Amino acid sequence: MSTPHSARSADSPSPLPRWRAAGLLAPLAFAIVAVVASPLAFVVVQAGQAGWDQAQRLLGRPLIATLLWNTATLAAAVTAATAVLGFGAAYLVERTDLPGRRWWTVALVLPLAVPEFVRGYSWVSLFSSVRGYWGAVLVMTCSLYPLVFLPVAATLRRADTAAEEVSRSLGRGPLATLWRVTLPLTRPALAGGALLVSLYLLGEYGAFAMLRFTTFATAIFTQYKLGFDAASAAQLTLVLVALALLLVLLEAGCGRRGRVARRGAVGRRAAAAPLGRWKLPALAALAALVGTAVGVPLYALGYWLVVGSSTTLPSASVLSAALTTLGYAATAALVATAAAVPVALYGWRRGTRLARAAERAAYLTRALPGIAVALSVVHFAIRYAEPVYQQPPLLVAGYVILFFPLALTAVRAALAQVPPGVEEVARSLGTPPLGVLLRVTLPLVLPGLGAAAAMVALTAGTELTATLLLRPTGTQTLATQFWVYTSGLAYGAAAPYAALMTAMSVPPVLLLTRRTLGTNSRTEDSR
Amino acid sequence: MVSGLRAGHGRAEILSGVDLVVEDGALACVLGPSGCGKSTLLRVIAGFHPAAAGRVSLGERTLDDGRSRLPAERRRIGYVPQDGALFPHLTVAGNIGFGLPRGRRREKAAELLALVGLDGLGDRHPHQLSGGQQQRVALARALATEPELLLLDEPFAALDAALRTELRTEVAATLRRAGATAILVTHDQEEALSFADTIAVMRAGRIAQQAAPHELYHAPADAAVAGFLGEANLVPARLDGAKADTAFGSLPLTADAGTARRGVVLLRPRQLSLTADPLPGAVRARVTRSHFRGHDHRVELRPDPQDGLPGSLIAYTDGPWPHDDAYVRAQGLAHPLDESEDTPTAVGS
Repeated sequence: MSTPHSARSADSPSPLPRWRAAGLLAPLAFAIVAVVASPLAFVVVQAGQAGWDQAQRLLGRPLIATLLWNTATLAAAVTAATAVLGFGAAYLVERTDLPGRRWWTVALVLPLAVPEFVRGYSWVSLFSSVRGYWGAVLVMTCSLYPLVFLPVAATLRRADTAAEEVSRSLGRGPLATLWRVTLPLTRPALAGGALLVSLYLLGEYGAFAMLRFTTFATAIFTQYKLGFDAASAAQLTLVLVALALLLVLLEAGCGRRGRVARRGAVGRRAAAAPLGRWKLPALAALAALVGTAVGVPLYALGYWLVVGSSTTLPSASVLSAALTTLGYAATAALVATAAAVPVALYGWRRGTRLARAAERAAYLTRALPGIAVALSVVHFAIRYAEPVYQQPPLLVAGYVILFFPLALTAVRAALAQVPPGVEEVARSLGTPPLGVLLRVTLPLVLPGLGAAAAMVALTAGTELTATLLLRPTGTQTLATQFWVYTSGLAYGAAAPYAALMTAMSVPPVLLLTRRTLGTNSRTEDSR
Repeated sequence: MVSGLRAGHGRAEILSGVDLVVEDGALACVLGPSGCGKSTLLRVIAGFHPAAAGRVSLGERTLDDGRSRLPAERRRIGYVPQDGALFPHLTVAGNIGFGLPRGRRREKAAELLALVGLDGLGDRHPHQLSGGQQQRVALARALATEPELLLLDEPFAALDAALRTELRTEVAATLRRAGATAILVTHDQEEALSFADTIAVMRAGRIAQQAAPHELYHAPADAAVAGFLGEANLVPARLDGAKADTAFGSLPLTADAGTARRGVVLLRPRQLSLTADPLPGAVRARVTRSHFRGHDHRVELRPDPQDGLPGSLIAYTDGPWPHDDAYVRAQGLAHPLDESEDTPTAVGS
């Protein structure tokens, strides 16, 4: 430019060697991923130490056969039921002229707001006959079908309708089109949803304990907590993790095919298929589903709140439990969100294979059942960090590791809204990297970071399994206090805790729904 | 300024030995089809992407020599990306003043708003501006820090045609008034020809030719450069000294071709004219296609095969041609091109 640059070049800084120019972000991101993925590594190391002989002896035990049978049959039944219900509901809401479709969408997703153990409680406390295998199928199907419904509805909403229209123009009727075009179109979403459902089934403890149904998770918990048999619990955990990884591989195999080739631009919405005389049956079916999945827990909560208040209302302990919960959840949310920022930034700025691998490794923990994560944190603390065992930091660490993928998804969604190039422009205007972060990037993603933290806080606030394992002695959160009351069959006393946790879960569920079905074109399922 | 530059993403090499020199105070343009590496070149110069080998320097300073590099914020190089990339959380004045020390922001922002013709819009937010206004703010923001070099990465591509022409003229004038040295990257040959003092045509990670617009248009280095800058008729000829013998008769050459040899000469469509009479040096041809383009007519012709001409010729005429047949004449200087193995007959962009 017109300014004489000869004077400036005298004091101009010398170029930096490459490794210094690269900055600190990458090492920081890798360090965080390493910490977050450490339970996975820990499980693998444990498996290696256990060796073949022990594994064979373990797998030969009759208990394992029972657990495998229970878990497999339950997973098969619930996954099939959720796939049918989720796809059917999504099709009705997205592709037909059903009245009140927007309203139905919200109503159909709301069951996610009822924690599984609260749902178990509401059935068991109302109908004592809901027990065992069929009780578990009923309760878990009601809880988990939205995990299929959401991704399938998102796919149907975003998919180009041209393929379906072409099929009709080639002389295929609506049913043939549904079977041969629409269903294959949603296969990746169906497979992803089914994977989530089965992973949840593997990790769930509270609901199954309530329903007196034995799965791997309940057996692990019993061995560890009641029998103080850490070794045997660890071996069972390994089997559970192996099952989870098997499911992930299975999904990767069958979800790949038939991926939607075109995405991005939100096309026209499909012309609604007229339901005609099927309108009433369809409405009745959806009403029955929502009534069972949302109505029963609501009725149970209302009933026990009224009945419970007639006996004793331990309001002081609700308040103190709520405060304890809030403290842990908020701390975990802050740490998880702060840790997610460097990893998300690294992946967002650098589209390299290395950056993507780092991000994917962080998401891997999502495949681990919560009980496995909690137990590996316990083992790690006992072995390497004895002083923090049964101390508050351990519970926070457990929450952070469990919900890191949730925070990462939300931070990535916030970063996706930042216009590309603003960071580079800021650099070219003479602002050093840290200044760019403070003056441009962080101000732009701040609302998104708030949403991420809220998501983690509210989800951690309703967590039961890991909390039972990791909490400091004597500490009661909403979930553990609820658990104490229901274990003693004090259903009325437990009701306020259950109601509070359900209310807390509504905002993250609505947020998740908006992010999955909303205008932006991301399809990550983050629960 | 840039010499022997190599850069790539992962294993794929995108720049394979780029040499580019821009004089102080000049407006340069890097022209090339999408995917030729021109944006990567700009990003290496700006400091957003490392060079694998070669050298980038500005004045006396070395910015990147493939081993060590100066961070982007210390290069004093302004950058205007395609969509402007205004900071959405700051006002227009905040955007323009971003790179300045706190005390000078207000005064300098007002000065630059006047320079780009947006007086009084300092308190608006970017989303309240039109696309053209946003690009002007992006330019003002880059100029505010008085960079030694300004890089513009297809800054007009997102705008509609009329606004693009207007803003391009205006930006060129603003840059000349500010005395700035700038490099514009574009795939639009019209934009390049009207904007720059010097144009570098880029192809597959290399600079195919760098020259002044007029020279580049009428005396391109090879057939591909000729075709990239506009439609071209490549006519076989016998080159002999300063003359070319073609089917259109003897034409003067732009440069001495040396000893007699066979070759190809470039005749732009404007150099061909049509008549109804068989004048000397005119070639009979059949009109195969003709359409009106507002400022002129584009006529495609198939010459009689015995003349040894390419299968089709393109002429731009002022009026429509009313007949099926025409006699084609050529005038002006013919430019000799090195004959490549598969010379296209009529190449166009």
